[in-house]
Amino acid sequence: MLDSVLFYFFASIAIISAGLMVTRRNAIHSAVFLITTLLSTAGIFLQLRAEFLFIAQIILYVGGIMVLFIFVIMLVRLDVPLPQIRSRLQKGAAVFVALAVFTEAAIVLLLARKVPGPGQGLIDPLPAAADKLPPNTEELAKSLFTAYLLPFEIASVLLLVAMVGAVVMAKKRPDAP
Amino acid sequence: MMPIGHYLFLSLALLLIGSIGVITRRNVIIVLMSIELILNAVNINLVAFSRYYGDVAGQIFALFIIADAAAEAAVGLGIMIAFFRNRETVLADEMDLLKW
Repeated sequence: MLDSVLFYFFASIAIISAGLMVTRRNAIHSAVFLITTLLSTAGIFLQLRAEFLFIAQIILYVGGIMVLFIFVIMLVRLDVPLPQIRSRLQKGAAVFVALAVFTEAAIVLLLARKVPGPGQGLIDPLPAAADKLPPNTEELAKSLFTAYLLPFEIASVLLLVAMVGAVVMAKKRPDAP
Repeated sequence: MMPIGHYLFLSLALLLIGSIGVITRRNVIIVLMSIELILNAVNINLVAFSRYYGDVAGQIFALFIIADAAAEAAVGLGIMIAFFRNRETVLADEMDLLKW
């Protein structure tokens, strides 16, 4: 009961503020609504008992990436009058295609419970036996540093390369005209 | 636990809203933010299935996706600052240097 109340609370906040993020004209407003979406996603992670990801989401996304976005929005001059989207057709087509994909996936998910096999738990409530994930930050660390050690190291190299790349990209070149 | 279909629907909705943002907005910063939203929707799926199967592998993948999103945001914003310095614009329609 509490589970579903929390889920619907966070999910409605996430979807409403995602919609507002896409439609606001002011980039700072968009950034603030994206922060709201990310925070409510963090709430859903906590409701799914992923405590480490909850903290990582708040620290990395909201504390790191979004601060970067807001810095860049303030560095870049956005007060040029942004023209309206020229073709209403494009916006209408995008919304139509999105609704079509959503309907299609909904039909597939709703039909999946008629097929015997793993699809049956998708919509109907799970039997209690399947709900067996304990608080698991320790498990996550064990798995990350044994089975997934090589991807972990590759991710660190990726972050290093991205850091150097961002500095090189944003640096002012003295020989440029 | 809630049935996993609810999480899949939430993830699908966020993914589609993010795609609408990528397609229709002209401001490149908002396009980048919509990409972050899409990656976040993928994370919800991974964590929900991790709970569903009682296995932490999904959470580890979600962690890698968060690292990837950080790298992508840093490089993308760096490119955008470099572009803004040269062309004084952040509108996607006007980024047509490679169009011939």
